Amino acid sequence: MNLQVVDLAVARGGVAVLAAVNFRLDAGRALILRGPNGLGKTTLLRTVAGLQPPLAGEVRVPEDQMAYAAHADGLKSTLTVAENLGFWASVFGTGSAEAALAAMNLTGLRDRRAADLSAGQKRRLGLARLLVTGRRFWCLDEPTVSLDTASVALFAGVLRAHLAEGGAALIATHIDLGLPEAALLDLTPFRAPLSGPAGAFDEAFS
Amino acid sequence: MIALLLRDLRLATRAGGGFGLGLAFFLMVAVLVPLGVGPEAATLSRIAPGILWVGALLACLLSLDRLFALDFEDGSLDLLATAPIPLEGMVAVKGLAHWLVTGLPLTAISPVLGLLMHLAPAGYPWLVLALALGTPALSMIGAFGAALTVGLKRGGLLMSLLVLPMYVPTLIFGADLVTRGAQGQATTTPLLFLAAVTLGSAAVLPFAAAQALRMNLR
Repeated sequence: MNLQVVDLAVARGGVAVLAAVNFRLDAGRALILRGPNGLGKTTLLRTVAGLQPPLAGEVRVPEDQMAYAAHADGLKSTLTVAENLGFWASVFGTGSAEAALAAMNLTGLRDRRAADLSAGQKRRLGLARLLVTGRRFWCLDEPTVSLDTASVALFAGVLRAHLAEGGAALIATHIDLGLPEAALLDLTPFRAPLSGPAGAFDEAFS
Repeated sequence: MIALLLRDLRLATRAGGGFGLGLAFFLMVAVLVPLGVGPEAATLSRIAPGILWVGALLACLLSLDRLFALDFEDGSLDLLATAPIPLEGMVAVKGLAHWLVTGLPLTAISPVLGLLMHLAPAGYPWLVLALALGTPALSMIGAFGAALTVGLKRGGLLMSLLVLPMYVPTLIFGADLVTRGAQGQATTTPLLFLAAVTLGSAAVLPFAAAQALRMNLR
């Protein structure tokens, strides 16, 4: 049960951003992706999650085992916290959302409308959704944006518990999650070479 | 999928969900047309089927641009695309939810508006039947249009331009069915064609819309 990325090239807006990316993620492990803004971390995560096709190479992942969490939390502002989470629990067929609410310290807010939550509380609710998916591989894009230090520690605890149960996580983040056991992968060396006109232009002047 | 249907219905009936908007629009059309055309019963009853169908069409269109756009903006569309529900099923369910909150109430209220438009008494059952048969096609075709334009800023206008021509067959056969029914003529042909358009769009368009969504999510 592992996730393998083989010779993967991804494109954003038709322009190749990363090429020849190779890594393997085993059950119980976390891999943190690093790299400057605009390098293609989000594009890579979307490709791994199956939201867009790769330019080249392939992603080998067990079917229906991927949960994706991006910048947007997918919350409906007129629904309450419990309704939002309950919806995802029934979509993924995992039943109750109570354990997830408790894990992300949201039980006290369960009857509040999502519109009335603070940015950090919304984020906690978005992350609680991962727990009700029941999926083994988590693809996380900047999961800690707008979380305070206590909530980051809370989430690191949830993540560690998920890894201990045989899960795995692929995380793009700039801040330290407090997970010393996680492997680091700097994506900068995989930057796709500039293609076409730009290269030819440079050659003419060399 | 039932969870998705329930969520969409719940969202539609909560504040700002837009439930009743199409209905109120339909009502306004039926109230305004007699004021504009004049109160002669003969004129009104002759144009009633067409006006009621055009009103239903436009009322359906009102809430369509929100069908996928809201889910796209808050990120739930990405999350639904990675969920165990197939996108085709998701589109079909959202089309059904749209019909339940617009097409079905329109059908239910149409006899009252027929009264405002002096529709001939024999036409009432046909009006209800025609709307009940035709409005699901409006929702399904609209879902396809909404899927095509989902990532665009102000995509609602473009969607109207794309969708309205595709509404033509439903409009022609639906209005014809009511006209013929009101005049006591044979109704089998428009009835069958109306049903065929609805069944055809329900069978094919979820797949086309799901493909359009996949392209737009890239």
